[in-house]
Amino acid sequence: MKGMTRYSIFSLVRNAIGYHEGWPRAWRSPEPRETYDVIVIGGGGHGLATAYYLAKEHGITNVAVLEKSWLGGGNTGRNTTIVRSNYLWDESAALYEKSLQLFEGMTPDINFNIMLSQRGVINLAHNLHDLRELTRRVGAIRLNGIDSEVLNTQQVKAMVPILNCQPDARYPVLGASLQRRAGVARHDAIAWGLARAADARGVDIIQNCEVTGILRDGGRVTGVETTRGTIRAPKVGIVVAGHTSVLAAMAGIRLPIQSHPLQAMVSEPVKPVIDTVVMSGAVHVYVSQSDRGELLLGAGIDGFNSYAPRGSLPVIEQQMAACLELFPIFSRLRVMRTWGGIVDVCPDASPIIGKTPVEGLYINGGWGTGGFKATPGSGWVFAHTMAQDRPHPLNEPFALERFTTGALIDEHGAAAVAH
Amino acid sequence: MLLISCPWCGARDETEFSCGGEAHIARPADPNALSDAEWADYLFMRKNTRGPYLERWVHTAGCRRWFNVARDTVTNEITAVYKMGAKPPRARAKASRRKR
Ligand SMILES: Cc1cc2nc3c(=O)[nH]c(=O)nc-3n(C[C@H](O)[C@H](O)[C@H](O)COP(=O)(O)OP(=O)(O)OC[C@H]3O[C@@H](n4cnc5c(N)ncnc54)[C@H](O)[C@@H]3O)c2cc1C
Ligand SMILES: [Zn+2]
Repeated sequence: MKGMTRYSIFSLVRNAIGYHEGWPRAWRSPEPRETYDVIVIGGGGHGLATAYYLAKEHGITNVAVLEKSWLGGGNTGRNTTIVRSNYLWDESAALYEKSLQLFEGMTPDINFNIMLSQRGVINLAHNLHDLRELTRRVGAIRLNGIDSEVLNTQQVKAMVPILNCQPDARYPVLGASLQRRAGVARHDAIAWGLARAADARGVDIIQNCEVTGILRDGGRVTGVETTRGTIRAPKVGIVVAGHTSVLAAMAGIRLPIQSHPLQAMVSEPVKPVIDTVVMSGAVHVYVSQSDRGELLLGAGIDGFNSYAPRGSLPVIEQQMAACLELFPIFSRLRVMRTWGGIVDVCPDASPIIGKTPVEGLYINGGWGTGGFKATPGSGWVFAHTMAQDRPHPLNEPFALERFTTGALIDEHGAAAVAH
Repeated sequence: MLLISCPWCGARDETEFSCGGEAHIARPADPNALSDAEWADYLFMRKNTRGPYLERWVHTAGCRRWFNVARDTVTNEITAVYKMGAKPPRARAKASRRKR
């Protein structure tokens, strides 16, 4: 890690003496070279994690990450930061659990505090069917060795006193599932920390560089056309979230992905009122409280395709109405900001990670509404896939071919709410 | 928020409608004759265009009839609404130019 200042209590003290004016920048801003061994398109969390693990696990450091805008300005910086691994199917459970474990070790690994807060995630059941389904799910998840438990109404009330658990509530709380190791992490820190750690291992991170074409020779990829010129590489990975279909089309590849706006919002800051994450799949609401005191609320996707990262007002009205039924105490709070990001949704709500019909071209996308929690795991398996030119057993089931074979991994239910 | 003109009921709020996705995907005449890859293409693969897009909508909370819409997926501007079975606007524009 040449040239990189190690962040520690000592560097903090040292820099405090200099009024914090002496901090070096966290990563270089190099001009793109003409050729690389690997190009990663997209400087979100997944692209940066891919580059980091290519360097760390596979010794491939002649890598460029090309980002059309600024680092982490896509869904990485727009999401509600819930991390968990309580997915139903074995394939997903293994992948998301790998990711959660990488998150648990990430702060020391990249020497950057990602502020992982394992405050638990609660999924509510509002009717008998919800409760039966959730109980079955908890059983399946535990069989995969992942922590998960069922709570009754009193236990939920004890953990979340502000939740309306009256029997005559519009959405009565009959019980809930809880993953205690789940929680939230700091999204910007993950983008910046991974960028810094990848850069320190020699990766070129190039911002304001939009890929406009994918170069091929016969059935092989040879590089990309960008707004900063032609850049060549024998291996190219597409990791662009909402724009996955657009980039794939540049190489003549059709995907089963639809892009939708997904919205979230924060309230004005208040004193701590909720110290866990509460989600309700049935009414499409989830709530956590940020360190600044804002309530962070998530909504559902717009029902139509769109690349306009705003989203429609009716979606927010609907989620807010449901939210106030669950948390009447929020009714006087003002909403400070709402925003949207473009998410890439697959028919089975599972990602596509693997090779494509074009040799040397790889895709990692379709994470839809729930890919933040997968950031390190996604980068880890994708780096393996690109380095070895074959998938890791963890991402093998997530190949594009599953839409031809029919071996879908249906996680619509496990996604609980929007993620 | 979208204001959508149902061909039968006129301009209504987006919340009255449901989107049915990409338009003009013809159901294969003989599904049994398709390979797995062709079937996957029909069933799952979509253009998901960034820009002018042709899609189907249904007036769920109104007349419950289906129709086609031409909408830009970046600006959300609706440039045409046309009935099921009708040709898309660009094809129609070409045809009328040819007539003239
Ligand atoms: C409102 C909202 C809430 C969410 N909440 C959660 C949650 O609580 N938990 C969870 O697990 N997930 C959540 N998600 C989903 C999650 O954010 C995404 O699945 C994940 O961030 C995708 O990661 P990424 O790094 O690949 O995407 P991004 O951060 O979007 O990165 C993709 C990058 O590619 C770049 N790019 C695009 N086109 C090009 C091009 N042509 N050339 C170069 N670069 C290009 C973009 O600028 C972008 O920076 C949420 C998403 C949203 C929008
Ligand atoms: Zn109508």
